[in-house]
Amino acid sequence: MKRTPATRSTVALKYLMAVSGLIMIGYLLLHMYGNLKVFAGKEAFDEYAHHLRTFGEPMLPYEGLLWIVRVVLLAAILAHIYAVVVLWRRNRAAAGVVGARRYHSSKNRTGIQRSYASFTMRWGGIVVLAFIVYHLLHLTANVIHPGGASDSPYERVVNGFEIWWVVASYTVAMLAVGFHLWHGIWSALTTLGGNRSANRIDSRLTGIAVVVTLVIVLGFLLPPWAILLGLEG
Amino acid sequence: MKITVNVWRQKDADTKGQMVTYPLDEVDEHMSFLEMLDVLNEKLTIDGEDPVAFDSDCREGICGTCGVVINGIPHGPEVTTTCQLHMRTFSDGDVIDIEPWRAGAFPVVKDLVVDRGAFDRIIQAGGYISAPTGSAVEANNIPVPKADADHAFEAATCIGCGACVAACPNGSAMLFTASKITHLGLLPQGQPERDSRVIGMIEQHDAEGFGGCTNIGECTAACPKGIPLDVISRLNRDLLGALGRQSIGS
Repeated sequence: MKRTPATRSTVALKYLMAVSGLIMIGYLLLHMYGNLKVFAGKEAFDEYAHHLRTFGEPMLPYEGLLWIVRVVLLAAILAHIYAVVVLWRRNRAAAGVVGARRYHSSKNRTGIQRSYASFTMRWGGIVVLAFIVYHLLHLTANVIHPGGASDSPYERVVNGFEIWWVVASYTVAMLAVGFHLWHGIWSALTTLGGNRSANRIDSRLTGIAVVVTLVIVLGFLLPPWAILLGLEG
Repeated sequence: MKITVNVWRQKDADTKGQMVTYPLDEVDEHMSFLEMLDVLNEKLTIDGEDPVAFDSDCREGICGTCGVVINGIPHGPEVTTTCQLHMRTFSDGDVIDIEPWRAGAFPVVKDLVVDRGAFDRIIQAGGYISAPTGSAVEANNIPVPKADADHAFEAATCIGCGACVAACPNGSAMLFTASKITHLGLLPQGQPERDSRVIGMIEQHDAEGFGGCTNIGECTAACPKGIPLDVISRLNRDLLGALGRQSIGS
């Protein structure tokens, strides 16, 4: 039986998945910080957006930091997708039955202790990816601009989130992100060797995953809902 | 008690199998699950039918030979081996589905019997120590912290039944492999081959066609010996360390 080197093993692919995922989570936290600036008013928000573009000048060119972040994020997303495609195909074959249910019994279809979040990692990931495209078209490229286009990042945000269906779509997307992180953070930290607990539910890492997930989901949902309800100040 | 069993019948590795229903009228609640299958087989033999093939040996929960998927859960609803599961767990009139371990690396040999040779080859790839140990030495010659000894023992209780693979949605044998890594890696005798062990066993694990771990935890929940999930994190740490040392050439 042909052996491939351990550097290309399933475990090594999981390291890649974990590290690329944690990079994206780090970005989410920074992004969330920026979003919350909306509560500081138009001037502060637009100034922050401008500052991101001039950060590090003249050592970095205009938008230099932004492009470094974009390249790192793109690499992380591609690595994450590469790892999942290779592992997904492999895992389907390893489960013994491809294209049908593994066990004929109709009982205990959800296993013994599996979480909803763990079931939805792959399809949930696709939903999140679709959302990222929609979100970039909306607020980064400004190709779609519900509520009206503007040169001011603050106005773009406020114009968009005054519309109920825009807030609804972002809310659904953040719930998908939340489920993905709920299992993903626990799984990444465990993959990197952090779990010291006998099971998933009692692990300290599950607690960390839940807290970080709640912070990210609530932190991202605050601005759109505040704008919709006219509370942004 | 009266029960009905739906059993996976498959003539041999190349034939397509199917679920077949058998009613059983006289099942005693004190019977073990395997004794219930024995009763079914006696009936089938008297009727001139082929008895259901299943693996069993010690029937006291320590050898790891038996194991079937009962109502979708490896070894059934209790945390124990199939042989130590008793019919009192079920109720009169129950319909029980019985299937073999399902995994790409565990091909069905016949009915409920699968080939678990892949596990033996993973062990051959590093699940041992090659130091000559001679006869048992004085226990206090090699100090082992109590916590390490306990944890190593917990991992060493793995009987290699394969329930972890049958329960894992990815058909991964990570709990099995990691329990050996933990058992030997926590003890002084396991240190010299610690790096080559984890590299060799992971390479063999993958070569056998087992899937990757997604940390869902079904393996630990299904394990009749309750092998803790943290052994997998220990394997991950050991592999990370081994690959690091390998790449800097020390």
